[in-house]
Amino acid sequence: MKRFILKRLGLSVITVLLVCIIVFFLTHILPGDVARQYLGRGATEDDLREFRHVFELDRPLLSQLFTWINHLLHGNLGQSMQYRGPVTDLLLPAIGYSSKLAGVAFFIIVPVSIAGGVISAMNRGKKIDRAITVGGLSASVIPEFVWAILLVLVFGVIFQIFPVTAFPRRGSHDLLTQIWYLILPSISLLLVLFGYIARITRAGVIEALDSDYMRTAVLKGLSRRKAVVKHVLRNALLPTIAVVASQIPYLIGGLIAVEIVFNYPGFGTILKGAVDARDYSVLQAGVIISSFVIVLFQLIADILFAVLNPRIRQKVSE
Amino acid sequence: MTESTTSTIANKSDLERKQIRRERISLVLKDKTFLVGAFILSFWIILAIFGSIIAPHGAGDQDFNFVSHSPTSKFFFGTDANGRDVFSRVILGTRLIVVMAFSATILGTVLGTSLGLATGYFKGKFDMIVMRLVEAISAIPVLIIALLAIAALEGRSPTLTVIVIGFVFTPNIGRTVRAAVLGESELEYVAAARLRTERTRHILFREILPNVLPPIIVEFTVRLGYAIFAIATLSFLGAGVEYGSPNWGSQIAENWGNIYSNVWWPTAFPALAIASLAVSINLISDSLLEIFEL
Amino acid sequence: MSTTPTLEFRDLEVAYTVRGIDREVVRKVSFSIAPGEAYGLVGESGCGKSTAAFAAMRYLPRNGKITGGSILFEGQDIVGMSAGEINKLRQSAISMVYQNPATALNPTIRIGEQVAEVFELQGFSKSEALAKVEEALVKVQIADPTKVMRRYAHQLSGGMAQRVVIAMALASNPRLLVMDEPTTGLDATVEAEVLDLVRKLRKESGTAVLFISHNLGVIRHMCDRVGVLYAGALVEQGATEDLFSNPSHPYTVGLLRCIPRGGLHKNTDRLDTIPGTPPALGTHFSGCVFADRCALVEDKCRTTQPEMVSVGQSHVARCFHTNTAGSMPRAIDTVTVSVSQNPNRATTGTRLLDVDHLSKAFTQDGNAVHVVNDVSLQVGVGETLGLVGESGAGKTTIAKLILGLYGSDSGSHVVLDGKDLAGTLNKRDVKDVGAMQIVFQNPDQALNRRHSVTRIVGRAVQKLRGLSADASTDRAHELLSGMRVEATLHSARPVQLSGGLKQRVAISRAFAGAPQLVVCDEPTSALDVSVQATILNLLVDLQKQDGTSFIFISHDLGVVRYISDKIAVLYLGRVVEFGESNRVFQGPHHPYTEALLSSVPNIDGSIRKRIPLTGVIPSPSNPPTGCVLHPRCPRMAGSGVEHLCSSVEPALTEVEPGHFMRCHIPLDQLRTVQI
Repeated sequence: MKRFILKRLGLSVITVLLVCIIVFFLTHILPGDVARQYLGRGATEDDLREFRHVFELDRPLLSQLFTWINHLLHGNLGQSMQYRGPVTDLLLPAIGYSSKLAGVAFFIIVPVSIAGGVISAMNRGKKIDRAITVGGLSASVIPEFVWAILLVLVFGVIFQIFPVTAFPRRGSHDLLTQIWYLILPSISLLLVLFGYIARITRAGVIEALDSDYMRTAVLKGLSRRKAVVKHVLRNALLPTIAVVASQIPYLIGGLIAVEIVFNYPGFGTILKGAVDARDYSVLQAGVIISSFVIVLFQLIADILFAVLNPRIRQKVSE
Repeated sequence: MTESTTSTIANKSDLERKQIRRERISLVLKDKTFLVGAFILSFWIILAIFGSIIAPHGAGDQDFNFVSHSPTSKFFFGTDANGRDVFSRVILGTRLIVVMAFSATILGTVLGTSLGLATGYFKGKFDMIVMRLVEAISAIPVLIIALLAIAALEGRSPTLTVIVIGFVFTPNIGRTVRAAVLGESELEYVAAARLRTERTRHILFREILPNVLPPIIVEFTVRLGYAIFAIATLSFLGAGVEYGSPNWGSQIAENWGNIYSNVWWPTAFPALAIASLAVSINLISDSLLEIFEL
Repeated sequence: MSTTPTLEFRDLEVAYTVRGIDREVVRKVSFSIAPGEAYGLVGESGCGKSTAAFAAMRYLPRNGKITGGSILFEGQDIVGMSAGEINKLRQSAISMVYQNPATALNPTIRIGEQVAEVFELQGFSKSEALAKVEEALVKVQIADPTKVMRRYAHQLSGGMAQRVVIAMALASNPRLLVMDEPTTGLDATVEAEVLDLVRKLRKESGTAVLFISHNLGVIRHMCDRVGVLYAGALVEQGATEDLFSNPSHPYTVGLLRCIPRGGLHKNTDRLDTIPGTPPALGTHFSGCVFADRCALVEDKCRTTQPEMVSVGQSHVARCFHTNTAGSMPRAIDTVTVSVSQNPNRATTGTRLLDVDHLSKAFTQDGNAVHVVNDVSLQVGVGETLGLVGESGAGKTTIAKLILGLYGSDSGSHVVLDGKDLAGTLNKRDVKDVGAMQIVFQNPDQALNRRHSVTRIVGRAVQKLRGLSADASTDRAHELLSGMRVEATLHSARPVQLSGGLKQRVAISRAFAGAPQLVVCDEPTSALDVSVQATILNLLVDLQKQDGTSFIFISHDLGVVRYISDKIAVLYLGRVVEFGESNRVFQGPHHPYTEALLSSVPNIDGSIRKRIPLTGVIPSPSNPPTGCVLHPRCPRMAGSGVEHLCSSVEPALTEVEPGHFMRCHIPLDQLRTVQI
């Protein structure tokens, strides 16, 4: 097991390293001059030269890459071009806010989606199954910002049930209130992620329902209900771990639009500001941090899957 | 005696098979999900082609007597804060998103299929290295990497967005195709092809590719839906297309702030347009998925 | 004294709904099983035997339903029972053993817990149940029950998994045990062990058994009475010995005739066939279900359904011609193939293929796994070499190494007609590639499902003969017609063909380049026995006509014996015995060959003393020291050379002229003990 974890850890480090290299080359190799892009057409040669010097863009490419990665290893994500201060100062508090939103969303999305998939599978071919699968996937192809705006319009503006922002005004800061404010944004994320997780869960449950071992359980004389609980769910839900982890990138991507609509000072809002100002350092750091989070969750999911799945557990402990 | 018996039976199954294929096609045509999807999609495609003839007003035409005006008989969907006709702008916004989505998806599918065929068939070190890279790219949220790439590249043109989205889709499609190819290349018809000295290219494109088309077609439709998703979101974030052009994402970006003062029409109509286009494509891919039994 | 049968089917009808249409799969089947009796249902694929088995458990697939008749368990109709009542029966009175034991066990629950479930259902507490599991596992001769209880399904071998399933089935002391192909897919020696176990347990418990199998030999050894199913209808039924010695339905007669029995050989005997193919699922019949393929068919047979006719004491057959069925004319496909091969190469001698010191190691998790070890074989011109052995023996790998589909390790030589061939395919020239071809086991995977039959064969002709596209197409049609694939089918896709026809297309493709040697890798094991005979006849014809040599791989010793001139017996990637077919079958045998031969349930009913092979086949990644067979060898104990067996690997030596063995025990000593 230890070897397995170490191996997965090694692969994760390689992935993160590759992400860093991809990101670096995206900004440095592609046709496009960062300094010119940032400063605009009006900039003089001197301005450009000075800018390049400050952000070390005038050094050889490889040496830039190495210093950059070296800085990353020390937790230094660079200097914001826009604010001329450390990117970390800008991003860290924002990430805190985003984690809170993502956390609340996650705790709503995972159980609801899995329950949807299980209900769908247990009613295979019936109307409720079609409604969950077709409806769920249809909802998932509508962008979060569209959902967010429609939700704000309906529940915030027209019916005024939920707050139209995700952030309580000064004063009331207790946890419940905070969560209350995060419900509507979480629902926009749920609508986008529900379909896929439910669909895969459904497939897993159906496979287990149709399996030979389920047949064995029924022919042993177990009632259907008992057989499902004991023999189906455990096998069917294992793969969902990987699926949920695979949705983290979409969750993070979705945060940007949702945060903007709900006026929430998170990671996404900062990135949007960076896009508008063409603040590459912030964008780069944003990509790296989100990838790091994604790889981390995938690692956790892989290990969890191996621990819970006897077939893999046995293999790795040999 | 033997021969005639075998042949009647074989012919029977021949007929039956043809019937199944015909049934499968008619199954598609009878499937309500597919029909609804195809109907909505063709509606948007017609608008994309003939939009400029149908739209009653120009995209930039401003009428300052009607600023943020609710829907009337002159402006079916009302006007925005600049006095522009929302109805016309929704119609005129169709072409760009449809053309961009199809181009990006075709690009991604062609690249992804090639990548998947190569990695799935050659396996070994080549596969390992490519898959590591693919994994790394998949660990970056599509939207964020697209934002970075578009910001890094000079200018904000639809072409650029198409190329970026196409490239970003490549690893995902590649992975799907690779999985299918891995399964196929184990089958013995591939060994049989090698045993008649076929070249690798022939094996990949003539033997394996036709057998992995169903998952590629489904993947294409799924990605097409997601291309709409990504293009709309990017233009909402101000990164996809030139500013001010009549496209749905930017229209929403410009107008959604006004929903708090109950001026919902310049936002809601393009939003519904995005939703219906994306959903129509999803309905099609969903029914194909069901019928191909993937 | 109770006369109520344990299980009785009365005019049972089962249908599957396929695309909205009900298709009949079980047609008015009636039979009964007395307490303690073993009743066998036998038939080819699609005859409804498994459906009948599951119907006895009242368990049908989602689209299946009982459309008529009744199923009585100890006099009670179970068709109308509530879910609760049927559960009670399954918990305490009827159990089932399945075809694929590995998938019948839950992969994420420990074995002990799964077996314990049955005891818990009978009201035992969890700890009591677990204690009882140990007993149950001992009963099915599992040596180390506590260890097995802690395992998961994937850690068990096929035979072990089936023992666990049997233990589970017997845990409730059922009065009826339904066994659906319980040994299909298991290796011959393992199958024999499981069958022995079932026979022993049945003797002890007196449970009634419904035994389903496609294998007539297995049925003959396991059952008191037999029913023969064809197209969902019971066509004949009787006491086992009676039915096998005096078959009275033309289908039963044909089935028994087309199996290559011991003693038949291609040089002297042609196999009987049953013309045509089994009908599609749910075909409607107005007369006898077998009329289309019957040699005795009359007009009456096509319009009127025959009733069951008594042909002896409790022996019945559903036929108008029960008197003449036993002596009906032989159905031999007299039309021989007409494939003018026009071989443009003459062989230089009688020796065609020499395989010398062939070895192959695959790397797995950084370790070398020797799958094929120092294999040397020779094949003469126009000769068939049979390769036999159980799973892990390396049969298919050897074939692929010879063909160059895998590269062999250094030191290996494949010499074809005097020419030392390159190790891998792409380094061989077209002529050499065309000279050695293969017919795979599963035509569904071997034929590209997107290509037409003409294209599949034509392309091979084009590449291997270097003909133009048009000439290749013509030649392909000629070849296909010669193999009796009719012209109307040449534009079809493989999926439109029956299994036998698909295999004919695959054979046509293999012969496209006028090969000198064709590897046949289990070419008939996916086919029903009646189709198998026609394919074997075809292969024999091709060989006689062109002098093509075959390497014939099969797990079916009857088939191998019929078609082979020489036999190589493989164990764990090594040739343990090699020689003339008769020699190998008559002995003295290598101890492994002896055990293998003794484990086959014979269709002629002769009982041979079984030489058991204990333990499981070791993994090639961790082979035993010395002779790889020694931990399981039935003849090592008392041989006087035990120390050698466990320390030195014996070489393949010529023990008598033309007869090679890899064994430390002297031939004469083997001869003495094997009598």
